[in-house]
Amino acid sequence: MNAITPTRRQAVQALLTATGGLAIGVVLPRDALAAPGAGQPAPMGPRIESAETHPADELNAFVVVHPDSTVTIRIPHNELGQGTSTALAMLVAEELHCDWTKVKTEYASATRNALEKGVYHSMTTVGSQGVRTSVEFLQQAGASGRARLVEAAARRWKCDVSECKCDDGVIQHMPTGRKLTYGAVCADAVNVKLDQEPKIKSPDQYRLVGKSTPRLDTPAKLDGSAKFGIDAQIPGMVYAAVIQCPVPGGKLKSVDESALAGRPGILKVVKMEGAVAVAADKFWRAKTAADLLKIEWDTGAAGKLQQADLDKLYIDGLGAKMVSARNDGDTSSALANPGAARIVEAVYEAPYQAHAPMEPLNATVHIQPDRVDVWTSTQSPPTVLQWAAQASGMSPDKVFVHVNFIGGGFGRKSTPDDVLHAVAVAKAVGKPVKLVWTREQDMQHDRFRPQAACSFRAALTPEGRVTALEIKTCVPSLMRSLGRDPVASGMEGPAVECLAQTAYRIPNLSVGANLLNTHVPVSYCRGVGSSQNGFFIESFIDELAHAAGQDPYRFRRAHLDRADWIAVLDTLAAKIGWDKPVEAGRGRGLALMECYGTVTGQAAEVTVDAKGKVRVEKMVVVMDPYHVANPNTVHQQMEGGALFGLTQTLFGQITVKDGAVQQTNFHNYRPVRMAETPVIETYLIPSGGPKWGGIGEPGVGPTPPAICNAVFAATGKRVRRLPLASVDLTKI
Amino acid sequence: MFTLSVNGKFRQVDADADTPLLWVLRDELGLTGTKYGCGIAQCGACTVHVDGVATRSCSIPAATLTGKSITTIEGLAKAAHHPVQQAWLAEDVPQCGYCQSGQIMAAAAFLAKNPAPTDADIDKGLTNICRCGTYPRIKKAIHRAAALMAGKPQTKA
Repeated sequence: MNAITPTRRQAVQALLTATGGLAIGVVLPRDALAAPGAGQPAPMGPRIESAETHPADELNAFVVVHPDSTVTIRIPHNELGQGTSTALAMLVAEELHCDWTKVKTEYASATRNALEKGVYHSMTTVGSQGVRTSVEFLQQAGASGRARLVEAAARRWKCDVSECKCDDGVIQHMPTGRKLTYGAVCADAVNVKLDQEPKIKSPDQYRLVGKSTPRLDTPAKLDGSAKFGIDAQIPGMVYAAVIQCPVPGGKLKSVDESALAGRPGILKVVKMEGAVAVAADKFWRAKTAADLLKIEWDTGAAGKLQQADLDKLYIDGLGAKMVSARNDGDTSSALANPGAARIVEAVYEAPYQAHAPMEPLNATVHIQPDRVDVWTSTQSPPTVLQWAAQASGMSPDKVFVHVNFIGGGFGRKSTPDDVLHAVAVAKAVGKPVKLVWTREQDMQHDRFRPQAACSFRAALTPEGRVTALEIKTCVPSLMRSLGRDPVASGMEGPAVECLAQTAYRIPNLSVGANLLNTHVPVSYCRGVGSSQNGFFIESFIDELAHAAGQDPYRFRRAHLDRADWIAVLDTLAAKIGWDKPVEAGRGRGLALMECYGTVTGQAAEVTVDAKGKVRVEKMVVVMDPYHVANPNTVHQQMEGGALFGLTQTLFGQITVKDGAVQQTNFHNYRPVRMAETPVIETYLIPSGGPKWGGIGEPGVGPTPPAICNAVFAATGKRVRRLPLASVDLTKI
Repeated sequence: MFTLSVNGKFRQVDADADTPLLWVLRDELGLTGTKYGCGIAQCGACTVHVDGVATRSCSIPAATLTGKSITTIEGLAKAAHHPVQQAWLAEDVPQCGYCQSGQIMAAAAFLAKNPAPTDADIDKGLTNICRCGTYPRIKKAIHRAAALMAGKPQTKA
């Protein structure tokens, strides 16, 4: 690695510091936003973080009040579109009683989190955990800040805090009417020690939380000023493109670089275990050069696998021994001796699917003798920190992860494969490097939503009651694929999500899984287990309703006793107009499930043409997440979840040929566009209580079954394998 | 070396002749509001205006554009006052935001040609990809922008 002179390092730091903080959402009164972006600093934040200089002006790790009464709220999760930076700030501001129009947000530091033993808690943004897992500690941080500001004012007035109230960043001494702003007492407040922490509000006391609030990050996303990971620009930076072994897990045998001779700007060809990168002075030069490399790979036995082999593997896997996830009553006896009940059975399949976030994977890495800086779009800064430390040989406390806006993630960006490549290239060339995966690399080297197969056997009485249900699924383990855990028990939550937790009252119910991994990497994808299991179980429940000759809505209702599920189902039926006649040529279907602590129902109306092409005309989404921080962004997630699910239903399919993923880009992995977007109505019915449900994931799983149940209603044809684009409805 | 007119300014560019406009804008001129999404003109995240026409900058060599007027998201309007940006703000359209520069540029060029579109026109005319699923709000915002451009009074979003 080239030596970097202190002078140059200082210059880099000065430049980066001048861009000012990791501001991720800015900061103006809404009515001043007629000119979004005007007069604001670019909301980028490649701040050079320093482990040893924690701001002395903070009230706590989450809250800094500035002398002008603006407030910086540190967000311990990352903004990938789900609105978490606004919603989490609202939770703090609710308790802090600050002026919402003066709130700025910045990301919490993963380095500090490591040094201060989890002061920011998990910091990963997966599993719809932003609000639901942070609500208490963020409210507490706001309440604690407020109590100390008020205490500081009371000391100045030499009065008891009970004589003070505060609103919108102003503390008032009620007997005299004297006022102090938060900014005026913030310097005193940081030194106040409270005898005991204040209590946080109960939901009936909320003033901001629960009100539909414009996103703080919208203005920066309208004029090009929002900076994403891929936009990092570091002085002296070079670029790199990478080619990975087309067969996941394959190893590099040899590279013929002769085609690169004489091409301008090429710095180095960097060989890694399963990848080759080209570094160059410009990205286009790196990318076009990488395409010219003649690479030989050792793909092993995996290089002979075809999609049909994988399909057979998962179907056959249903006949193997299952590990039990739920076992109510005595299912095998009930199915062996059904009496008057009839046996209904079916097998379902779901394909691998891609996350395909709009911003492909990328990372910018700067290795200096005493520190490593990483700019990347990650859902898990702590993972980036650990991986970058390990790959670079730097101790973790000297690794700094800079996160800006994230151009979609859907789970993919919780595993920073791109960072490992960028560290390898940065080490090899001795300069800061921005490494970008092309869309082709991003698509073929995703860690996919698992392929799975699922079988059902049910006993259905003449009256239409399900007395027994056996569910078996064969699906890869996410944890094994990610190398995080061997899952010695043979069971992990996502494998049976939505199956094991079904609220349908069935006296004899068994749910089992056979975890079966191949070389195709799998990981968490929006909706996780619900994204395939929701399709399986809610399609089969629909089959049972029709087998019983009953209305699918009422059949479901008759098997439910939980008030939240019933309320969602009833609202769904009312809003879609379930009992109204369907327009000619249309079919109507619904689905209902619980995922990440939230109950979601969806109903769809579809038309199917003579060639069997399905068009989704209308969708209704009803959600009970028990509590809602920001209805504005929750409605966005409900629309977005349904449209993510629509892509999965209509088009989403990754297939393997000779061990390699065949899909490469958006022409052969097609996301839905405007023209396929139905009318979508969204309804929130939070029912309160002790827990908060997730938001980002639960809206995906109900979409495929709602649509396929509507297809059945329209055509009498039962779709048991997705996507619809690969199903010929005229031949079922 | 060649010269491009970008956002009303002439810029000298030192890039290979086959370099797509996208990478010139992002890596040579520092205009990172224009995004890379697919590189094959499928997704539209890289949409800019070339002589007012919505153009997918990932698939057009920059060197072929001398003498043309190129507008990026940064130059669409002073202080983001374009009716499309105003409408996007009022409807709070973006989620992750990565595709939104391209969506806004596509919508602005679309409305310049069709100032009063129907839903069907929008379905046909706006083909940019958004993985977050902002299409319903984009559709509302396009209608709002059309009304703004026609001088019609606005209702609250």
